[in-house]
Amino acid sequence: MVSLYEEALGGTLFMPCIAPDGKPTSSGLELIRALKNVTLSPEEVSDLIGLPLYRTRSSLRELKDSGYVEEVGGKYKLSKKAEAYLK
Amino acid sequence: MEAISFPLLGRQAPDFEAVTTHGALRLSDYKGTWLVLFSHPADFTPVCTTEFMAFAEIYGELKKRNTELLGLSIDSVSSHIAWVRNIEEKMGIKIPFPIIADLNKEIALKYGMIHPDQSKTETVRCVFVIDPESKIRAILYYPLTTGRNMQEILRLIDALQTTDKYKVATPANWKPGDPVVIPAPVTTEGAEERLKEGYECKEWYLCMKKL
Repeated sequence: MVSLYEEALGGTLFMPCIAPDGKPTSSGLELIRALKNVTLSPEEVSDLIGLPLYRTRSSLRELKDSGYVEEVGGKYKLSKKAEAYLK
Repeated sequence: MEAISFPLLGRQAPDFEAVTTHGALRLSDYKGTWLVLFSHPADFTPVCTTEFMAFAEIYGELKKRNTELLGLSIDSVSSHIAWVRNIEEKMGIKIPFPIIADLNKEIALKYGMIHPDQSKTETVRCVFVIDPESKIRAILYYPLTTGRNMQEILRLIDALQTTDKYKVATPANWKPGDPVVIPAPVTTEGAEERLKEGYECKEWYLCMKKL
């Protein structure tokens, strides 16, 4: 039997930025829009959208794992997947 | 039997990646900010509910001190979500900080949060103050029956941040604005000099100054 915890770790409950269908949620989209045409550090993204730094780091990691952003030297930029999604 | 370890003051806080009500969080996500990591025995229990409301009430003050809050108990994230929704609905207080669902007790055991003579299945009321470099700076342990004092937690953070900023210590019952303690000299020559340095001294080893 799969526990709620295991189910959660499978990604159905704990992905604030990515919905179960793999698309960004509203909070994920806010981060993606913040990175449009720019490469920013988590601190810069946090300042820009007013999200706490810990949340910003966690969300950027999630978006990176889902292929929407890329990390270059500690800074983040949109991937081709995110740019295509915004069009 | 599960191995319980206890963090020590001044050491790096044990690392973790946790399932929380705000998504997956790592200790390193808090780098650069102060963190109050605290545990409570269980969701939907009376003392814990009063504590959560009190933590929510000081959250703004903590943010002014570049400090975040992170709760933990051995409950599921669904239980946490139901509880914080219930607190908001019935008590009118929104819980703005994340809560770890530590169902496998991994973090609770790393941080010495389970004291078997209090409860084998619940965490006691712990507070770990972790600095921006992820070092453990203060630890409080309270029993299941006693709710914590939020003003003391704020005072503790003020004291630690004052120590870091001004390289001083803080006396008993210190609060911001009160005189601070000059670290005691460690040589006889230093003791002699101390009394000539213009501080307010009761003795060579007890000198204070206003910031």
